[in-house]
Amino acid sequence: MRDAANTLVWPVSTFVLALILSVIPMPDLAVAIRPPWPALVMIYWTLVAPERFGLMTAMVLGLAVDTLSGALLGQNAFAMLIITYFGLKFHLRLRFSPISQTTMTVFGMLLIYEFILFWVDGVAGRTVPFSDRLMPLFIGTLLWPLILEVFDRIQRHDQARIES
Amino acid sequence: MKAPGGIGGGREASSLGIKFLLLATISLGSMVIDHRNDHLSQVRQVFSIVVYPIEIAVNFPFKAWRWTTISLADRATLLRENSELKDLQLRYDVRLQRMAAVEAENVRLRAVLGSSAKIDDRVLVAEILAVDLDPYRQRFSINRGLQDGVYVGQALLDANGVVGQIVEVEVFTSKAVLISDADHAVPVSVNRNGLRTIAVGTGDSGRLRLPYVTNSADIEPSDLLVSSGLGGVFPSGYPVGRVLEVVRRPGQSFADVIVEPASALDRDREVLLVWSEEDQDKQYDKSKPIETDP
Repeated sequence: MRDAANTLVWPVSTFVLALILSVIPMPDLAVAIRPPWPALVMIYWTLVAPERFGLMTAMVLGLAVDTLSGALLGQNAFAMLIITYFGLKFHLRLRFSPISQTTMTVFGMLLIYEFILFWVDGVAGRTVPFSDRLMPLFIGTLLWPLILEVFDRIQRHDQARIES
Repeated sequence: MKAPGGIGGGREASSLGIKFLLLATISLGSMVIDHRNDHLSQVRQVFSIVVYPIEIAVNFPFKAWRWTTISLADRATLLRENSELKDLQLRYDVRLQRMAAVEAENVRLRAVLGSSAKIDDRVLVAEILAVDLDPYRQRFSINRGLQDGVYVGQALLDANGVVGQIVEVEVFTSKAVLISDADHAVPVSVNRNGLRTIAVGTGDSGRLRLPYVTNSADIEPSDLLVSSGLGGVFPSGYPVGRVLEVVRRPGQSFADVIVEPASALDRDREVLLVWSEEDQDKQYDKSKPIETDP
């Protein structure tokens, strides 16, 4: 029981942190390049612990993003579900491939994510040029190796503490 | 993809597919319903309670910073500010005395004409939360919600004029759209001659446009535009903006009119929620089913 609680504290706090980062006020320039934090964190957890964080987590996280940001209810949830589905399908291959390859895959997943958001915006009658969504995409991809490294370290530290 | 054991196994893969289809359908459906009409507002309210702590957490450092700067402000600054405010108060009081006479005259004249007199609007101060919403729309959150009687379509003002209107009501907070949002329009009239038109947002918080003013219309730079009250969302008579520029092109039937908003749309920290007379009935109608539901 204690172990379960311990192992949940860290993942849940990363999700909350990602949500906070996605709405915290920033200067205009930083807003224009703000990476999709929740999507990045979600991808990480589907690759690391697919048996614990799957589609339900993606749905809840996506709906939280929608509610916080005032987007259409389901917009981020839908995009999050799709990338999580791909993540779950291919996590075995991805987890053990070199970092350059995972980064490329993450780029692809974020591209799908941003494109779905853009597409839903278009259908709902809000035309935002797709080029506006490119910077968050690139920044998100560049941040991926960093996130992977930092999260893996904390994860290992966590695990060691639980086992000892 | 088939791998022995684990989540990639044949049966689990298919159950993953089914779960995905189910959840994707739910999210697509909720998007469609949310876009078409208002039925999901109660679902949103439930979610908003769940994410409320996050909004508070995000807003907290900014609030703390403001509080610290105020409490650490030195005596001299406070005294100066105080005397400035007293000055301002005096000036407003003098103006208000004249207003009282004018208002009384107005009520009398309206009674003579047989039209109903305008009654004072009820207002409530709301604080703008330091939470960034969708960067592609001009929206913001305020710290008043369902429990304060806020309703969708309610007008927001600041010290200088019309700011925007409420688009979404949650339990403790609400989301509002600025009049400068590209999807927003305000019915206005020119204060000088009563010419009625519509001010449309541009997506730039320092600009509005009047797309439906004919070339021959009597409108000039520095004309004050006030809300006309048509459409029933904004109470009439509040300043919306000042005409900056009128470009008349002989070949076209409509002139290009650029307007500068009267209120400081991107610098506000606090706004006023307004209940005008006819709105108050509407609010009771709307709030009843929501209050009895949970």
